[in-house]
Amino acid sequence: MIALLIVLLTPVAGALVLAVLRPLGPAGWLNVTVSTITFAAAAWLTWTVAASGEIAGYSFRVDDFNVYLVALTAFIGLTTSIFSRPYMRHVCETGLTRKRGMRIYHAMYQAFMFTMLLALTTDNLGVLWVAVEGATLATVLLVSLYRTPEAVEAAWKYFILCGVGIALALFGTVLTYFAAQHVIADPSAGLTWSTLYRHAGHLEPAVMRLAFVFLLVGYGTKVGLVPMHQWLPDAHSEGPTPMSAVLSGLLLNVALYAVVRLKMLVDGSLAASDAPHLAGYLLMGFGMVSFLVASLFLHRQRDIKRMFSYSSIEHMGLMTFAFGLGGPLATFGALLHMLVHSFTKSAIFVTVGHATHIAGTQRIDHIRGLIRTQPAVGWSLLIAVAAIAGFPPFGVFTSEFLLLTATMQAQPWLTVALLGGLAVAFAGLFRNLHPMVYGAAPEGQKPVRANMLPVAIHLALVLWLGLAIPGFLAQWLDRATELITGSHLL
Amino acid sequence: MDHLLTAVAWGAALLQALLYAALAPLLVGWIRKLKSRLQNRRGAPVLQPYRDLRKLLLKEARVAHTASPLFRAAPYIVFVATWLAAATVPLVAVSLPTAAIADIIVLVGLLALARFFLALAGMDVGTAFGGMGASREMLVSALAEPAMLMAVFTLAMSAHSTNLASVIDYQLGAFALRPSFLFALGGLILVALAETGRIPVDNPATHLELTMIHEAMLLEYSGRHLALMEWAAQIKLLLYGALIANIFFPWGIARSFAPADLGIGLAAVMLKLFVLGAALALGETVLAKMRLFRAPAFLNLALLLALLGLLSQVILEVGT
Amino acid sequence: MSITELPLLQQIVLVLAAIVLFTSFVLLAQARLVAAIHAFAWQGALVAAVTTVVAATGQTPHLYFSALLTLALKALLIPWMLHRLTRRLAIDRHVESLRRPALVIMAAVALVIFSYWLVLPIVQQELAYTRNIVAISLAVVLIGLLMMVFRQQAVAQVLGFMSMENGLFLAAVSATAGMPLVVELGVAFDVLVAMVLFGVFFFQIRDSIDSLNVDRLNRLTETTEEDVAGEGG
Repeated sequence: MIALLIVLLTPVAGALVLAVLRPLGPAGWLNVTVSTITFAAAAWLTWTVAASGEIAGYSFRVDDFNVYLVALTAFIGLTTSIFSRPYMRHVCETGLTRKRGMRIYHAMYQAFMFTMLLALTTDNLGVLWVAVEGATLATVLLVSLYRTPEAVEAAWKYFILCGVGIALALFGTVLTYFAAQHVIADPSAGLTWSTLYRHAGHLEPAVMRLAFVFLLVGYGTKVGLVPMHQWLPDAHSEGPTPMSAVLSGLLLNVALYAVVRLKMLVDGSLAASDAPHLAGYLLMGFGMVSFLVASLFLHRQRDIKRMFSYSSIEHMGLMTFAFGLGGPLATFGALLHMLVHSFTKSAIFVTVGHATHIAGTQRIDHIRGLIRTQPAVGWSLLIAVAAIAGFPPFGVFTSEFLLLTATMQAQPWLTVALLGGLAVAFAGLFRNLHPMVYGAAPEGQKPVRANMLPVAIHLALVLWLGLAIPGFLAQWLDRATELITGSHLL
Repeated sequence: MDHLLTAVAWGAALLQALLYAALAPLLVGWIRKLKSRLQNRRGAPVLQPYRDLRKLLLKEARVAHTASPLFRAAPYIVFVATWLAAATVPLVAVSLPTAAIADIIVLVGLLALARFFLALAGMDVGTAFGGMGASREMLVSALAEPAMLMAVFTLAMSAHSTNLASVIDYQLGAFALRPSFLFALGGLILVALAETGRIPVDNPATHLELTMIHEAMLLEYSGRHLALMEWAAQIKLLLYGALIANIFFPWGIARSFAPADLGIGLAAVMLKLFVLGAALALGETVLAKMRLFRAPAFLNLALLLALLGLLSQVILEVGT
Repeated sequence: MSITELPLLQQIVLVLAAIVLFTSFVLLAQARLVAAIHAFAWQGALVAAVTTVVAATGQTPHLYFSALLTLALKALLIPWMLHRLTRRLAIDRHVESLRRPALVIMAAVALVIFSYWLVLPIVQQELAYTRNIVAISLAVVLIGLLMMVFRQQAVAQVLGFMSMENGLFLAAVSATAGMPLVVELGVAFDVLVAMVLFGVFFFQIRDSIDSLNVDRLNRLTETTEEDVAGEGG
């Protein structure tokens, strides 16, 4: 419990201090320090859960499913804060934003980490909603940090669309509570996930069906499922690059986590009804559509960050599809995919940040010859894109392979669509990447100071996970799979 | 059914019809008096409309040489139709013989008949004002009628009948604070304002071209024709007032023909009309007349209220 | 059971809920911004009134606190903040009418019918008198959504969003006799923070496009051919 308390309270304290700390240099370092402490506490928490099973109490619950997401969130928060320190200093010096904006940036960064960790560790569906909405609110000002018309527009779209989606999710939560009231006598326990999960079989199927539709549309907006994805490319591309990294790498995961938790409830409730796999089919439908639409839209993009945002939508669609497919194989693959996608995508956005600094623009047409100007950046981009496109031996290949196997076992014809989408996305990514990395560098393009260590660590981890998943991680994911689907894979 | 055929019942029905004709100018006089007081004038006496009617009846009726027989017949048709419509609306007692035809649809139909002939008469002489008034009146009533019918259906859905007497009986028996009736009341008030030509839809005291609707159609009439038309308009106002008062606030209306009950019924309805008249006078003083092209928005609001009443009836009030 | 068998307080709840729906319509079609803010304040006050009466009839005392919170937040604080913002932005005399009011109102009525159709089967088993109000609350949420779609003024869109929150609160009160207090406080806090952020946003939007008509925020679409990418941040 103590570890959990530290994990949650450190970002809060950090946010409060950073809100008043004026000088930029110390603020950057404090951000890194706070993130380090959070990560250390998260590692401790993970160790405790791995050793002695789940921790539950005071409406918090850390079990095998969310503990690794907590560790992942803290880790990527740490590496991104390391990247963000010199990067935002450079941004401030080039005048894209003012010093006062930096205070908000750092404070909201930590507040954002807090809301995500709260959403991951809470056992109360209402608090989950409050935390996810809080995450939106924390990042909305950051997307418009640069105050360009495009940034303001992106932030407004983000705010409005996510706000609407989240409101629908609240209605779904109310309906869930309504269903719970008939089954659970104690009104204050009606929103506790663990209690609901125990009584899932008794929850009224008609109510849970309707509730799940609202919850899927609501939280699905935050996952970036088509057709509620309109905010994602704008918000991820117009905000500062560290923001894009954490939004793509972490917030989408948290929203998907919420959807999967609720799916577990709904599956229990619908198991005895006449449409027991409704939740799964809905997830598969949304996931497949998002995956295909995003891979097609990838080709049209002219802005590098928008292109990678569509790649995020595509991968989230893939994960949603996998969770919808159900079964131990697909779920294991989806959990692994959440892990490797976060690592790779945040690494990509960090590299892209450096690339746009070198080229001075975000337009793909104007970024050329990265490998000649600064080989570290060029090679990182190449490797990272290869990783995200699903090249072996990277981890993304492993998880996608697991997913394809599961699809072939359950729904063979959908494998064709999946392979097609993967191929289209692959083509789109490399078509745009090739001239960026290998093209003729324009005159006067100079290398920039870039700390590629976080990127290297992330890519190394992804490679490691692709070559040989360590035993303890495999066991861990297996336990999480059992929690979600009820059966082991290994 | 025996009691309906008795002489007492028919006598009461006749008495009610005569009361309508007799009380209508009093209501208008009361409203005018109160409006004057609110505008810091002393105003004409409350019985002045009677004197005006008597004066007009005694005067010579001049008819334009371009007028057709319709022009002479129209005042009588309008007056009789309106009076007949009014006679069906329970004023003092509920279970009169006229209750058999006191169907709301019949009421709407009779009023439409009266309006039809009024508009025709306005266009008959060929003057610009008459035609203009007729087209404006048709605009307003074309939009008001769906709203009225929708409000009526809301009431009918609760009482399971469109007969006014049944609705009032139902209300007396099973009164509850219903959202649908609340909305229907709002809608009916707005429709009543539009149909009787009061502010904010039409100014009954104006003769300016830009602002006339009802007055424009009467412009060519004089003498006894004008008296009948004016009286018909006053009876229409009393009709709507009685409708609203007795359906939505039915307490006090007589359910038998005992003189005591009838007396209470008369006192109750006069009190309700007193209050409604005061409310109308206050409303007319506080509100300004809307421009004509905003009348559709006003009537759409009435339609919306009536529609919401219907929806509330189905959603909120129907139990399993 | 039909409405005539309910005690008076419960009938009052139904009447108040129906008037909340009516304020939803008024908000949707109201052209003058200040009048729309007042309509929203009335909506908040009526929702608080519904909560109070439900608390009185159902003997759930914690709802009194929720009612007070809703009244303070939705009927007083947020309208006051919006009012202050419109004055500072100099748009308090702004009149923005819907392009096709009749169609929008008909769509709103269709949404009421849709939410009734959607919700009624699942609350059929309930015997509580508040079950039908769940349909009304979903209708208020959907009409708020409609308002956000069809109104082009940023402040009007915010009013639509807040109206959705009102509908959600009404749903919580009517379907479940209120959510746990912790959750209610969290939601209220979120709404307040959202309002503050909206206020900041109005100024940012106005500074960037010189108007608050969000239809003019249209640089970032899939069909723009222009160079709209940032400079590398």
